[in-house]
Amino acid sequence: MEEMKNVVLEYIVDEYLDEDDEDEVSFDSPLISSGIVDSFSMVSLKRFVENKYSIKLPDEEATPEAFDTVNSICVLIKKHLG
Amino acid sequence: MAFSNDTRTLFANEIEKIKDDGLFKEKRFICSEQDAEIEVEYPEGAAHKKVLNFCANNYLGLSSHPDVIQAAHEGLDARGYGMSSVRFICGTQDIHRELQDRVSEFLGMEDTLLFPSCMDANSGVFEAILGQDDVIIADRLIHASLVDGIRLCSAEYDTFKHMNMKHLRKKLELHQNRRTRLVVTDGVFSMDGDLAPLDEMVALCNEYDAMLLVDDSHASGFIGKTGRGTHEHYDVIDGIDLITTTFGKGLGGASGGCVSGRSELIELCRQKARPYLFSNSLAPPIVNGSIKVLDLISKSTERRDKLEWNTKYFREKMEEAGLNMRPGETPIVPVMLYNAKLANDVARDMYAEGIYVIGFCFPVVPAGKARIRVQLSAAHEKEHLDKCVEAFRKIGAKYGILGMDKKEIIAKYGN
Repeated sequence: MEEMKNVVLEYIVDEYLDEDDEDEVSFDSPLISSGIVDSFSMVSLKRFVENKYSIKLPDEEATPEAFDTVNSICVLIKKHLG
Repeated sequence: MAFSNDTRTLFANEIEKIKDDGLFKEKRFICSEQDAEIEVEYPEGAAHKKVLNFCANNYLGLSSHPDVIQAAHEGLDARGYGMSSVRFICGTQDIHRELQDRVSEFLGMEDTLLFPSCMDANSGVFEAILGQDDVIIADRLIHASLVDGIRLCSAEYDTFKHMNMKHLRKKLELHQNRRTRLVVTDGVFSMDGDLAPLDEMVALCNEYDAMLLVDDSHASGFIGKTGRGTHEHYDVIDGIDLITTTFGKGLGGASGGCVSGRSELIELCRQKARPYLFSNSLAPPIVNGSIKVLDLISKSTERRDKLEWNTKYFREKMEEAGLNMRPGETPIVPVMLYNAKLANDVARDMYAEGIYVIGFCFPVVPAGKARIRVQLSAAHEKEHLDKCVEAFRKIGAKYGILGMDKKEIIAKYGN
């Protein structure tokens, strides 16, 4: 789980933060509710997770709430990995 | 009655939540023509107050121009009040064709299709031209109407960091396996006033075989040396495949929008774009008024030149006064307050000083980046600009933010 969290966190930092960004993101930092990731750009994160772990996340589960922290994203991934 | 008390309470609670979140939009009534000086009833029921308007999209000051009003009257007299039809049944007059041709000529595009608004143009264009084998790659800060249109389309979509060309390149590489790629951006971003780097974007689109769509609603009529738009500013007119824009801002301010660009793409919009197919034609007075606007700004660059001067002067004076602004060269000037309550408090106090501006907070702008968006107009005279700067100086001093940078404002008020 720890390794998965690091992979997701690394993607988020690379994909959503600018080089001069002062935001620091941790496993429990709010992503959607803080505006780091918005509902429009969330599609990139969902696609990355699906490709990386060869899973398909149904739209009704890939909600802004489920994608709000690295921790909650990894809970969702684990659920679909079985 | 289906609308029971419980149902009413459900919706009333939702409204209360919007208020609790500080996102409630209050009613404000303008009791005069749209202009640099307007009369406002605010709050509702209050006596009318004369204020200087610094929050309209009236960039060229043409909303109440006598020649435009006269042309609208002539359209009304010659072609009637409305069409009572969509375009493809019996709603296309010769003046609709004339306006389309005039827009194509003005923007330097092959063909143009009118829509009831640019919101409708953006809602309809993607679904009309793309399918599930294609990909749309959009800047993350594009206008909400483009976001809606992209979501209505079956094409895959992806986003890139705001104006980050390195990231756009990465995304273009990632999606090379798609049938077509369409890169989407605003020409001038409505909340930040940023100019999209279209020269670099055109080069990348050429390199990776992608089309480019630009929403130039906050640029048409005044950006570029003859006001053609952002593509003229960067000298890449031939490199743009699609432009969407509005007649509701610089180009007269009434309503209506269009998609302009490669003839095959416009024809597909004519055949398939749902907001075009299923809503009424632009009314004749607006069509005639818009043609007159194009006449005026094609004959002379006086208005866009004045707006450019106003923008330069205002930005310089605000900087001297010590306000924290997002740098730029467009007439959209974001005065950064970062904290939502501070932005709203400053806007309220500015109104008391006779300056009409609005605070913008999350989710309209990113969290922690609340601001007042000042919009300049060719209708503003130097004394209007001086009065606005003076009011910002006074209110800025009241809140102790003059000369402060981002970190200092956030340290004082939070974000």
